[in-house]
Amino acid sequence: MIGGLFIYNHKGEVLISRVYRDDIGRNAVDAFRVNVIHARQQVRSPVTNIARTSFFHVKRSNIWLAAVTKQNVNAAMVFEFLYKMCDVMTAYFGKISEENIKNNFVLIYELLDEILDFGYPQNSETGALKTFITQQGIKSQHHTKEEQSQITSQVTGQIGWRREGIKYRRNELFLDVLESVNLLMSPQGQVLSAHVSGRVVMKSYLSGMPECKFGMNDKIVIDKQGKGGTTDEAGKSELGGSSGKQSIAIDDCTFHQCVRLSKFDSERSISFIPPDGEYELMRYRTTKDIILPFRVIPLVREVGRTKLEVKVVIKSNFKPSLLAQKIEVRIPTPLNTSGVQVICMKGKAKYKASENAIVWKIKRMAGMKESQISAEIELLPTNDKKKWARPPISMNFEVPFAPSGLKVRYLKVFEPKLNYSDHDVIKWVRYIGRSGIYETRC
Amino acid sequence: MTDSKYFTTTKKGEIFELKAELNSDKKEKKKEAVKKVIASMTVGKDVSALFPDVVNCMQTDNLELKKLVYLYLMNYAKSQPDMAIMAVNTFVKDCEDPNPLIRALAVRTMGCIRVDKITEYLCEPLRKCLKDEDPYVRKTAAVCVAKLHDINAQLVEDQGFLDTLKDLISDSNPMVVANAVAALSEIAESHPNSNLLDLNPQTINKLLTALNECTEWGQIFILDCLANYTPRDDRESQSICERVTPRLSHANSAVVLSAVKVLMKFMEMLPKDLDYYGTLLKKLAPPLVTLLSAEPELQYVALRNINLIVQKRPEILKHEMKVFFVKYNDPIYVKLEKLDIMIRLASQANIAQVLAELKEYATEVDVDFVRKAVRAIGRCAIKVEQSAERCVSTLLDLIQTKVNYVVQEAIVVIKDIFRKYPNKYESVIATLCENLDSLDEPEARAAMIWIVGEYAERIDNADELLESFLEGFHDESTQVQLQLLTAIVKLFLKKPTETQELVQQVLSLATQDSDNPDLRDRGYIYWRLLSTDPVAAKEVVLAEKPLISEETDLIEPTLLDELICHIGTLASVYHKPPSAFVEGGRGVQHKRLPARAGSGESAESPDVGQAVSAVSDAPPAVIPSQGDLLGDLLNLDLAPPTSNVPPVPSSMQMGAMDLLGGGLDSLMGDESETSASHYRTEVQSPQPPECSERELGGDVGGSPAMGVSLGGAPVGMPAGLGAAPAVGGGLGDLFDLGGGVGVTAGSYIPPKTVWLPAMKAKGLEISGTFARRSGVIHMDLSFTNKAMSVMTDFAIQFNKNSFGLAPAGPLQVLTPLSPNQTVDVSLPLSTTGPVMKMEPLNNLQVAVKNNIDVFYFSCQYPISLLFVEDGKMDRQVFLATWKDIPSENEAQFQIKDCHLNSDAASNKLQGSNIFTVAKRTVDTQDMLYQSVKLTNGIWMLAELRIQTGNPNSTEWLDSRCRGVRNASAYILVYDICCVESFEYVKMIRQQIVDNREGSSSEVPILVVGSKRDLQRHRFTQRRAISVLVKKTWKCGYVECSAKYNWHVLLLFKELLGIAVARGLRQNHASIRLQGALQRNRCSVM
Repeated sequence: MIGGLFIYNHKGEVLISRVYRDDIGRNAVDAFRVNVIHARQQVRSPVTNIARTSFFHVKRSNIWLAAVTKQNVNAAMVFEFLYKMCDVMTAYFGKISEENIKNNFVLIYELLDEILDFGYPQNSETGALKTFITQQGIKSQHHTKEEQSQITSQVTGQIGWRREGIKYRRNELFLDVLESVNLLMSPQGQVLSAHVSGRVVMKSYLSGMPECKFGMNDKIVIDKQGKGGTTDEAGKSELGGSSGKQSIAIDDCTFHQCVRLSKFDSERSISFIPPDGEYELMRYRTTKDIILPFRVIPLVREVGRTKLEVKVVIKSNFKPSLLAQKIEVRIPTPLNTSGVQVICMKGKAKYKASENAIVWKIKRMAGMKESQISAEIELLPTNDKKKWARPPISMNFEVPFAPSGLKVRYLKVFEPKLNYSDHDVIKWVRYIGRSGIYETRC
Repeated sequence: MTDSKYFTTTKKGEIFELKAELNSDKKEKKKEAVKKVIASMTVGKDVSALFPDVVNCMQTDNLELKKLVYLYLMNYAKSQPDMAIMAVNTFVKDCEDPNPLIRALAVRTMGCIRVDKITEYLCEPLRKCLKDEDPYVRKTAAVCVAKLHDINAQLVEDQGFLDTLKDLISDSNPMVVANAVAALSEIAESHPNSNLLDLNPQTINKLLTALNECTEWGQIFILDCLANYTPRDDRESQSICERVTPRLSHANSAVVLSAVKVLMKFMEMLPKDLDYYGTLLKKLAPPLVTLLSAEPELQYVALRNINLIVQKRPEILKHEMKVFFVKYNDPIYVKLEKLDIMIRLASQANIAQVLAELKEYATEVDVDFVRKAVRAIGRCAIKVEQSAERCVSTLLDLIQTKVNYVVQEAIVVIKDIFRKYPNKYESVIATLCENLDSLDEPEARAAMIWIVGEYAERIDNADELLESFLEGFHDESTQVQLQLLTAIVKLFLKKPTETQELVQQVLSLATQDSDNPDLRDRGYIYWRLLSTDPVAAKEVVLAEKPLISEETDLIEPTLLDELICHIGTLASVYHKPPSAFVEGGRGVQHKRLPARAGSGESAESPDVGQAVSAVSDAPPAVIPSQGDLLGDLLNLDLAPPTSNVPPVPSSMQMGAMDLLGGGLDSLMGDESETSASHYRTEVQSPQPPECSERELGGDVGGSPAMGVSLGGAPVGMPAGLGAAPAVGGGLGDLFDLGGGVGVTAGSYIPPKTVWLPAMKAKGLEISGTFARRSGVIHMDLSFTNKAMSVMTDFAIQFNKNSFGLAPAGPLQVLTPLSPNQTVDVSLPLSTTGPVMKMEPLNNLQVAVKNNIDVFYFSCQYPISLLFVEDGKMDRQVFLATWKDIPSENEAQFQIKDCHLNSDAASNKLQGSNIFTVAKRTVDTQDMLYQSVKLTNGIWMLAELRIQTGNPNSTEWLDSRCRGVRNASAYILVYDICCVESFEYVKMIRQQIVDNREGSSSEVPILVVGSKRDLQRHRFTQRRAISVLVKKTWKCGYVECSAKYNWHVLLLFKELLGIAVARGLRQNHASIRLQGALQRNRCSVM
């Protein structure tokens, strides 16, 4: 199991060091600094073995978090734990920075004591932790006996992510379907790989211990219902069949720990008791029938040794009534670029020498439109034999629909003990499609 | 609340101030003071002097303060055991507190304090807490049992905690169950044979129920534990799989991987024709693909595991090639792993896409990645015959780019393509020959020479080409020399008339001027063949070569099966069994996949076996070079070939090897004369009290001769295995044993390793080890019959070897060995046999005969085997001999990061017959004088210097900067575009100033900003830095550009200027300047 956990700043100075196992000595702190942080080269592996001691590290801005062990630990668990540790810290004091860590080092030690015991991760849900790890030590003394046992039963209990007795005057919930479209396209316009990774993020402000059921246009569910052919559903399923793309094939999905996985496995229904506040209900991935919101058509021509001509056309491919936002096209330029002249029809384009790229920004663009940029790039003559690697043209955007075609069909809320019903809950749903790694080779 | 201020106090006398504050009456002040103490502790300052004062603050009702005090206790209790007792009362009282959080806190902390007396007091409270009404306390207590077991295993057993822990598996609270499972699994690992985790269908059922309810971490513990269970039959296996599959949708990747592990393992038991088997295979693919959208670090772990899964069950991911395409922004470690998997998945169906991608990658920036991509193209050609032509033309395109490393890599793979498809693509040879001059890596040169030799009849000027290589014969690496020898002989056999002179030249070079036995032997064989029977020579040398196999780099099947059982863990990341990187007995048991109930898996394994044996006809590269071994033993990270490999250690290493080659060699020749070699081993330890036994183990082993011979790495493994898992730094283990069993327990016995795999010996597998028992050397052998027929008539013989080892009696295998039977034999050895120097020195070549055939293998024995019991030299004799040792027989070594005091080291070494003759303490250094006697009467003397260093001067302890303390001048170079590099310079300068005796103004330091040509990107103005450097640091400042050779000369002039100026003031300018100018004293870092 994890033998020790260290946090360093970018210089390699220790900010936090907590040792859990006897086989990890103080020298491990130095070994990591010397061999990884001060090694003046790119990190070749997130797992390093120095003198039979294994170091796992992740980096957040310029802070290094390292977990150390001498045993054959579950490596995936260690990394998951490090990410979780980052989440917990962020939830407590915001951005992970040297300043914040130094300011909260007492709190961090307290957290580390709680969520990692003898190297075994324990309950690390922020919701639960915040009930008894507070920055005011005295406050915890005033808990009554019931409150104390409530805390412990929540920390150890089945529903570790939600406490009892939450009350809201207005029961409300927000559903965000956030998708990122990833694309790798060849210069000829052939899709090399494309997938959507989506997340359903939920913000719930519900009283009591509500039981929720979430439904979407999952192909397996819709087909099942269609086959079942119950008379009252017949009309609906016909409707689904006629309009073509009413259901989507989900390649794979993962759920927050509140979702009953065995129920999903057997009935494919998503039922759960939600945590309070914001959390990620599910993640999914689709690869079939993706709506690619933009198409990039590059044209690069080398004119002699010292000049490049680049022309890029982008075409939007969705309903004309919708508007895409925050469009940014990044056209890489060679390292020996000396000057660039750009002409674009729409938006603003600029050559950024420090990033070795032409950045073209368009604020808004409606569907089924097209726009174009052309640039002349002047190059310094070099005797460098190596050809320029031509990194791909990448793109960023935001569209108000889900490129995978996912639709939320329902989200039902039942709270048998309290007197509010599904109809009293105010529900909000929105869809946002963003670019993930959206690249076209040129 | 800003606590960062606690990090900034560095003034002297702060301990006294803190003491006063800790004893203050005001609560707030007390708390502040404890915070300051913890902050100092974090940055590594020793605040143990405040122990009593901090413990006094323990009695408080402020929970936050209490936790801080506990944190302090956990850190320092071990160094102040007597004072720690003061805390016991509070702990015991806290364990009775009405607040469950405080009860749990007390028992949790108590378990972390490794002081015997506290442990005694822990038992009662722990017993109560294990039965506490509150689940939070119970789950904490469960882990505490594991802690206690780590401190005192006997106590845990005596007190019956294990039974209580077992009861907790049936607890009503899922988290208690999970923690109990975790604790039991850990305890069970250190007792491999105890049936502690009694896994039966009932407990499994309980675990599966808890699995649905507990936290994500708890699910991981339970799944990892489930993976150790072996179901009774395929039905049970299927029902468990069904209940585990839902976990594949968990958001936590570790849960998913652990579930995959359980499924992969239990799938072995399902009959392949079962419908469910197919369903399961289909269900496994999507979650594995999803893992690739996780954060990069997890992607890396996932990819390493997918690599194993693809080798074990290629059908799972065969349609998912596209997801492994490399993204431009992937970190390099993800890119390299993806590439590996792409090649494994390449097939006729997707080869076009794969090739297009690989071609794209070959133009990227990262050298390693490009090389691997080029190599991958070659592997595709070999794997998919239809694509070979396209691959070759792609490779030719790449050769045209003239990028040096691309060309070299391409030539290496083209050689393999020639071997796979003989007489098909020879038309490209002309293009290859054009690039002859640009090849500077041995592998590429060897490949090119092989091509020239193989196709000598088609290359008109083959003799000229080979002759040009021959000119620098002595400077080539062995690989190239061997290849050159063979190629010229081939050429001679093809064109005997014009190349006679050439062949004679190479034969004499190989046999007379070379001291490499391989080369010499091969030379002699060719010579005799050619002189006795040229026709036979032709048949031998120009014989048809066996085809090379399609799959390379496959992991050996038994190792693969073991690694599959370790999916998700470090072992699967390293692709090494846990025993290769975990010391001690923990988790080192071999895990095996369960056997399938019905159909045979055997249909698959012969294929793989063939693949491996086919590969192994390449020159085996398993035996680690001495450099590597030394690196291993010293625990130095010599492995990454970075640009800043320190000049100092490497020269020492050379010395060490010299000694082995020449020194001992000459000693052995003349046995009548008792001479001695002499090592001086210097141990620097930053913090003496903390002793980590393992480290010293590896470290002291670093005295060169011992190091090389002790680290007997396993030999005779098929070359296809790739990285040979080191059995462990020989001496490293030696030391461990000393601590565990007691000093007199005798020398260390390495675990048995497989010397002769069944594959190579018609079903006979031999594994073994060496041991020294009561003064007699024993060879402990295990014979396993993996063939179908009975084996009888065993006999053994040794080749001549360095120390005259020979069997003292015949091999006693009395009963015939029936199939699947194993017999253990202990063979006493004498050291009176014939002597011949071996390479490496401790190599032993063995022949074993049975009724089937004679088999040969070689193994290496730890040199400690040869250390005799009467190796303690008389003090006077020692002194006299020490002085007489000629300096060429002397080697010095430095070991860093070693924490062991002199007594412990001496005790440990004595266990292996390395005796301490005398001990002396000078200043803060302990000097140990030691003697060792070998069976052939050679003495080795060693001086072990254990230095207690200054913990602040870490940079100097790092071997990179060794010796710099005495430098006459420093140039500190930073990159003007990179703030961090300047920060680094800042740090180094501070350390120079701190570490030099006297004031800093004595040493000229010149700060240099490089990359002046990138002026535009500099992080701050020149003026700012130059003022800081000149005014504040009082150092010289120059900016230069190495690219345009601008101001480079100036910088050295400037440096000399400073040096001279400083020197003049002190009136011995010439001497100082001379010192600085002497080339050999100038070390460039």
